[in-house]
Amino acid sequence: MAVGRVTFSKAEREKLAEVLWLLNWISVVTGVILFSLGLFLKVEIQKWAEVMSEYGTFYVPHMLITTGLAACCINYLGGQICLDCADTNKFLRWKLVMMPYIICTFFFTSCVLAGALMCYSIRSQLEESLFLGLRNAMRYYKDTDTPGRCYLKRTVDMLQIQFQCCGNTGYRDWFQIQWISSRYLDMTNSAVVDRLRSNVEGKYLMDGVPFSCCSTFSPRPCIQQHLNNRTARLHYDQESQQQNLWRRGCRQALLDHYTGIMESIGLTVLLIWLFELLVLTGVRYLQTAMENVLLLGDPDLESYGWILENSLAEMARSNFNIIKNLGKCYQVDDDPNINVPTAAAEHEVPSQATRIQCSS
Amino acid sequence: MVVMKMKFPFQKRVKLAQGLWLLSWCATVAGATTFTLGCVLKTELRRRAEVMDNADVHIVPNTLMIVGLASLGINYFASKICQDALDAGRFPRWKNFLKPYFAASCFFTVLMLLAVIMSYAMKGSLESSLKIGLRNGIRFYKDTDTPGRCFQKQNIDRLQMEFQCCGNNDFRDWFEVQWISNRYLDFSSKEVKDRIKSNVDGRYLLDGVPFSCCNPSSPRPCIQYQLTNNSAHYNYDYQTEELNIYLRGCREALVNYYMGLMNTIGAGVLSIFILQGSVLVSLRFLQTAMEAVAGKENTEIETEGYLLEKSVKDTVMEYLNPVLKFLLLTNQVEEGATTSGATPAAT
Repeated sequence: MAVGRVTFSKAEREKLAEVLWLLNWISVVTGVILFSLGLFLKVEIQKWAEVMSEYGTFYVPHMLITTGLAACCINYLGGQICLDCADTNKFLRWKLVMMPYIICTFFFTSCVLAGALMCYSIRSQLEESLFLGLRNAMRYYKDTDTPGRCYLKRTVDMLQIQFQCCGNTGYRDWFQIQWISSRYLDMTNSAVVDRLRSNVEGKYLMDGVPFSCCSTFSPRPCIQQHLNNRTARLHYDQESQQQNLWRRGCRQALLDHYTGIMESIGLTVLLIWLFELLVLTGVRYLQTAMENVLLLGDPDLESYGWILENSLAEMARSNFNIIKNLGKCYQVDDDPNINVPTAAAEHEVPSQATRIQCSS
Repeated sequence: MVVMKMKFPFQKRVKLAQGLWLLSWCATVAGATTFTLGCVLKTELRRRAEVMDNADVHIVPNTLMIVGLASLGINYFASKICQDALDAGRFPRWKNFLKPYFAASCFFTVLMLLAVIMSYAMKGSLESSLKIGLRNGIRFYKDTDTPGRCFQKQNIDRLQMEFQCCGNNDFRDWFEVQWISNRYLDFSSKEVKDRIKSNVDGRYLLDGVPFSCCNPSSPRPCIQYQLTNNSAHYNYDYQTEELNIYLRGCREALVNYYMGLMNTIGAGVLSIFILQGSVLVSLRFLQTAMEAVAGKENTEIETEGYLLEKSVKDTVMEYLNPVLKFLLLTNQVEEGATTSGATPAAT
């Protein structure tokens, strides 16, 4: 019992071939879109790669890029095939290629689906990566004279200004690290020395933040130092505190930014996957219809097209049998003609000399 | 005295018509591009409208938009005319339309050139507008509680961070203005009282700048206050420190940005002007060549085409005369009315 059996007349087959040719060309365009989405995502991740701890997040854009290129090639080939399929003579050229082509396209379509699902599932890994990356970036903020880290200060400042965020989880993260380099600390000053001594590890910690944490929405000039000391400034109440610095942590800001991008990309890729599935189904129908027409002999007759020849259970059973019999090619035991006593042999009597009387 | 006479055999006329048709469609696209460029420039100018004192410089994008729309119409008609030009039966219906058409087209094409010239000439006006606007912005920086001025602080901060600039001419402009509001000054503090007393107008002036002047590329944390006091900070020299805050003034930064934008747009519009001019010249040649064919039996003869029938001066007078006559006529009517009004009074 075939799965999804549909009858196709000659005109319908030709129409199907034309429509599929057009759809394949549209798929080439969607393949280009997929490629450019992958490229865009790669560029976006590259922009802030310095505050991400590992480059594990790169496999999503690479997957999209390769799938996009594969889509262009496969669908271009599909367009050529479908163009030829309208005519039974030209179809003979492609007959042997069709089945492998359909299997290839099926695997490729599942890759597209995997790509779409990856876009949605990357959030937790991204969060971990950003947490570690931002922590390191803030730790090395003061090392503007160390090669390899000299631009980290600028990157973190630009990040905080652009995404309107401060610190890893919040602005208090800056209180726990020394972000002023020792080169700019006056070691002869008693206040500085006291502060250094009061810390176990000899770090210069203070309740202050860099200028890039300052909020542009605050009505008063930015307060960066002595943030924990309420009495240090006039009217430094709750409301002033709320508006003074950026409240959001940079990890949350970047996570929201990238999750938004990946969700839109994931949605687009899902739509492209549905479209590819449609094209694949159409090509399968065309292939089976053309093969059946060839079996019937007359190209003008109606033929059946289907997705699967037998039901899924039967196909599984037959495949299982094939696999079971694979290793038994050369075994003699199963040959049904050996050692079965024939009916004639049972009744066989040893030949005796009998006299045949010649009758005249 | 005919201006620029050229011979046009039949094949050359056909080629001219075909080339002109293609050219006019390119020019239509170019006209749409001009309109888009005008819109882009206007949007960019409006984004920073709060630091500009007047909108005089907006005449450049407005002109570009008008010219863009006009050239869409001009080129549409040009393509229609050249389609009909080779057909002797359909060409005569354009006869009365062509003279005002050419007058209008020349006017708008010259206007396109004027827009490009203006974009270079308006630099001075833009600069003075920005000077006044920025001065006001810096002056009202502290007035975040005054209606109408509450967003000045935000605008100036964002402007300084985006264009990487500080102050009007440079960062010292902040030293001359009280940019910290009295609401946040502790008047019981001796230091505040001294500073206010030392100033003639009773303003709280200090040698410090807002945080938006800070340069992220600086290797050390930003020094905003006591900028001129070398001893207030460790290892700091006011004269040689270059990376701490932005040294460029915002007026210079904005003028450079807008002049760069207008130069790029001007170069594009200049090439569109040349394209449009060539469309009009070709159309004129085609028109005069086809007019000589009219009424003849053999439409494939060689004819002459020219740009202007009379010399340039005569043609200009020919176009201006109706306008002048119209103005003089209205004057004469007024004179007549006043004389007829005077005579009854006299009698």
